[in-house]
Amino acid sequence: MNENETILIIDDEVQIRRLLEILLSSNGYNTVFASCGKEGITSAATHHPSLIILDLGLPDIDGQQLLIKLREWYTKPIIVLTVRNSEDDIISALDKGANDYLTKPFRSGELLARIRTAIRLSSEKETSAVFESGSFSIDLVNHVARKNKEIIKLTATEFSLLSLLVKNQGRVLTHQFLLKEIWGYSYLEQTQYLRVFIAQLRKKIEDDPAKPELLITESGIGYRFGN
Amino acid sequence: MNNLNNIRPDPDELLASIKLEEDQGQRGKLKIFFGMCAGVGKTYSMLESAHIDKSGGKDIVIGYVETHKRPDTNELLTGFEIIPRKTYNYKGTQMEEADIESIISRKPDIVLIDELAHTNVPGSRHLKRYQDIQDILDSGIDVYTTLNVQHLESRTDTVSQITGIIVRETVPDDIFEKAEEVELVDITPDELLQRFADGKVYTHERSEEAVRNFFKKGNITALREMSLRIVADRVDAQLRVYMQKNRIRGPWKSGMRLLAVIGPSSQSAKLLRWAKNLSYTLGATLLAIYVESARKLSPAQQDQLNRNINLARQFGADFMTTSGNDVVKAILDISQRENITHIIVGKPKFRSLWSYFTLRNFINKLIKYSGNIDVYVLGSNTSEDNQYMKYLSIPGFTSRLSHYLLSAVFTILTAVIFYPLKEFIGYQIVAFALLFTVSILALFVGIGPILLSASLSALIWDFFFLPPPFTLHVNNPEDVMMLIMFFIIALIGGIMTSRVRRQEKLTRERELRTNALYQLTRELSMTSGIDEVIKVSAKYVMKYSRLDCSVILQGGNNTLDKIIRPEKSLKLSESELSIAEWAFQHSREAGRFTETLPSTEWTFYPLTGNKLPLGVVIIKQKNPLSGDEKAFWEAYRTQISNALEREFLNDIARRASILNESDKLYQSLFNSISHELRIPVATIMGASDTLLSGDLDNDTSRHLCIEINKASERLNRLIENLLNMSRLESGRIKIKTDWHDVHDLANKVIEVLRNEVGKFNLEVSIPDDMPLVKIDFGLMEHVLHNLLLNATQYSKPGTTIRIKMYYDQKCFVMQVMDRGPGFPREEIQNVFNKFYRLEGSISGGTGLGLSIVKGFVQAHHGNVFIENRQNGGSRITVMIPTEITDMMQIKLE
Repeated sequence: MNENETILIIDDEVQIRRLLEILLSSNGYNTVFASCGKEGITSAATHHPSLIILDLGLPDIDGQQLLIKLREWYTKPIIVLTVRNSEDDIISALDKGANDYLTKPFRSGELLARIRTAIRLSSEKETSAVFESGSFSIDLVNHVARKNKEIIKLTATEFSLLSLLVKNQGRVLTHQFLLKEIWGYSYLEQTQYLRVFIAQLRKKIEDDPAKPELLITESGIGYRFGN
Repeated sequence: MNNLNNIRPDPDELLASIKLEEDQGQRGKLKIFFGMCAGVGKTYSMLESAHIDKSGGKDIVIGYVETHKRPDTNELLTGFEIIPRKTYNYKGTQMEEADIESIISRKPDIVLIDELAHTNVPGSRHLKRYQDIQDILDSGIDVYTTLNVQHLESRTDTVSQITGIIVRETVPDDIFEKAEEVELVDITPDELLQRFADGKVYTHERSEEAVRNFFKKGNITALREMSLRIVADRVDAQLRVYMQKNRIRGPWKSGMRLLAVIGPSSQSAKLLRWAKNLSYTLGATLLAIYVESARKLSPAQQDQLNRNINLARQFGADFMTTSGNDVVKAILDISQRENITHIIVGKPKFRSLWSYFTLRNFINKLIKYSGNIDVYVLGSNTSEDNQYMKYLSIPGFTSRLSHYLLSAVFTILTAVIFYPLKEFIGYQIVAFALLFTVSILALFVGIGPILLSASLSALIWDFFFLPPPFTLHVNNPEDVMMLIMFFIIALIGGIMTSRVRRQEKLTRERELRTNALYQLTRELSMTSGIDEVIKVSAKYVMKYSRLDCSVILQGGNNTLDKIIRPEKSLKLSESELSIAEWAFQHSREAGRFTETLPSTEWTFYPLTGNKLPLGVVIIKQKNPLSGDEKAFWEAYRTQISNALEREFLNDIARRASILNESDKLYQSLFNSISHELRIPVATIMGASDTLLSGDLDNDTSRHLCIEINKASERLNRLIENLLNMSRLESGRIKIKTDWHDVHDLANKVIEVLRNEVGKFNLEVSIPDDMPLVKIDFGLMEHVLHNLLLNATQYSKPGTTIRIKMYYDQKCFVMQVMDRGPGFPREEIQNVFNKFYRLEGSISGGTGLGLSIVKGFVQAHHGNVFIENRQNGGSRITVMIPTEITDMMQIKLE
């Protein structure tokens, strides 16, 4: 199923490149490599990859700058791979248009799952109006959410937060993005609103609110609607 | 006693001679070709000398030589490298100066620079060429230069007396005295006059008349004698230095100490020059003193005083300011303290009857009370006397117009009030009332208005009150007497009061400054941190002198760090920064109102500590500082320097201790961690080798892969802990708190450790009404991770591990409880120490986990403690003080 998908990997570490090549080709992807930023831009232009895996620490161009350059014309998903354990770097990369992130060392299963999600999201022309996952379903057009077939009462804010996350299912949405979209610019620092509403939503839609599977916390960064 | 002194070299002098020697070791040597006037062939001799040195293998360049197109001199230039001169554009004319930077970077052995006394074009590095030469000498290059006797600062007066020419370009005597070599270039007056007649002499004087007047045999003979004597004196001085150096007994310095009393007149400059000559010939030390009195100085006087003080400093004299209305007492006090042997004062000028008494009194008193101290009284120049009179305004006339008006109004008002009463109380009483008004006014206004008030009241009293009224005529002789007495009393009373007031004001200002200094000292002593010290200093400078002050600190390597503090203050251009650098390197002030690079709007003062050069303080002065302000500002700078030096030294000590700590860390690392690193690495290598050798069944391969996986996880954990430890060690942990749901914290950690906790019965209890807390999620994640991992490592599988979180007494409380072996009671206080590991603990730990927990909790200003539980196992409790959010409030919004 992945035969037509070409993935461009921009990373200066030979070992990581080799590891990714084995991992991705054994999962049916075509791989193209670039060891620096300039090469990366050229490869992206010539090979039109379905997805780019980008290391933020490159020898020639700063990864964040490269991201901006790529995003000037490249519309398909970019997953940022970084050893930097800093949340600020990740948030700034997501703000600059990265679709997802993963920190090194990473689990190969996790990487594959992220790649799949990113490609699927980008290939879907429109989000379908109805979404289902286990005992939970939501109809975005008719504003109806159900748990175990029963209609859940959601406030307007709760519904817009949930639908925003569902529409971007599998993708990390940063705190700032969510606050801005739901509450507006003046609430950018008010993360407590987000925490309270997420906790409420979890009580309403999760099977076990203590072990959330739908509303997943990306600590220090944001939330992701799980698949 | 005296004998003993003569035998044993004075330690101070020995020290001075050592210092001189040291200075000479690093600095270049200055050789001056010295002549009586232009045309004796100084430049020619200098070039000849240079040729001899050149053939001796010295690297010689020409920095600036003026041959005045004399063919024989020109010829001597050949064979030398000439450093191109720098061209300056000054008011449309191109002017050339020696290129100091190029000379210094070219670094020859010797550089030739003509005319030591030359004044540079505005915009050059220094005002004077001799200052340029100091810089060159500082960089270790020898300098040959030329100088005429009339340019020596201390001789200018005598020269102008002899020749009638006022010399403006002067060189401080200090420079001349410190020159390593002086070569006299001498020809006979007849020979010189012949050369002059032949047109071989070039002078700067444009007017032929002046030149002709100058080149007269009488003049030249006098100048020649002067220059011969100076050089002979110098030889004496050299001999003395030589004798000191070689501990040769002999007639040491005379031990005489001269005190020159200077004031705000140009006469004082003359007096200083005379005193300098005397001290030079006598081998005496020169001190200068200014006695500040209640007299108010006009701006011109203040300016002259500053010039005199500078001159005294140029002459190498110690300068002091003292204050007091009794000038004689002030002078004698200082004399006694400083063991003065000779006092030099100017002859006072009798400008009025009043001054006749006071001033004659001054000299008499000085002579009467000075005991065994010699007193020299110098005569004054009458032509300058008139000039002196010109700016000798009676002090205080500069009062505001409103004060004059006020005085007039009050005087008239008093007269008007008492006019109707004069019939009842008599006109004598009115005089008292008027006198009273004048006295009261004296408390508020200056001498001018008092004079007005006194005269006006005398007139009014005479005209309106004294019989016959409405005439100025007075009938009674008693009344005439009374009128005169009235006027004198009013005047004296008023003037005295106002003098006392001025003295009082002076004292108050002084007190204010002392107070300011005290406050600064006190606040600085309580301040810590370099930036804080600078902030406090800037605040106080602003408060007491209304000047914006910024500081550039040293950045190690004996250069400035180019960061201007406090932040967001002034912006400096590259060239201004290089002035700062110059002031720093030379520990001398530079910039506006100084002699070095004055063409900028800032003034740069060096901050020098006892052990370290510290930096430069920059202020934007509107006026040059007066003597008093200068002393005050110096004291201020000393305080700031001391505080800064203290901080710098603290910093160095702290860095040393951090280094020490990290040394220990690395030691422990090598001891305990190298082992921990090798185990997983060995596992990975071994397992992957086996896998590579091939021919393994699926099950074995799978097991090897699991081992590799486990080993790499262990490595990853170790690296994580080491990184965290080094973050803690560097002291650079800054917590970034935000609102968090503690459920997320528990979930995240349990998820990461799912393999480890899987074997246990894990209970998580968080109350339903748990509020959001403000924590650094990343750090707290590490805390819980380490605690939970510890619990899983030390407990038996199948037992219960409990995580409990709640909010109590403004703290977020997090507990991890296990049923492991617990901690030995006596070891509990040690378990948070770095690399501390309990006896017999399982392998796989580094002894870092709990110390990281403690570090991160402390970064939150929290607390962590360990207890053993009643039925076995341990309970670790973390308490983090936090704000909380009212969840209900948000839900309702």
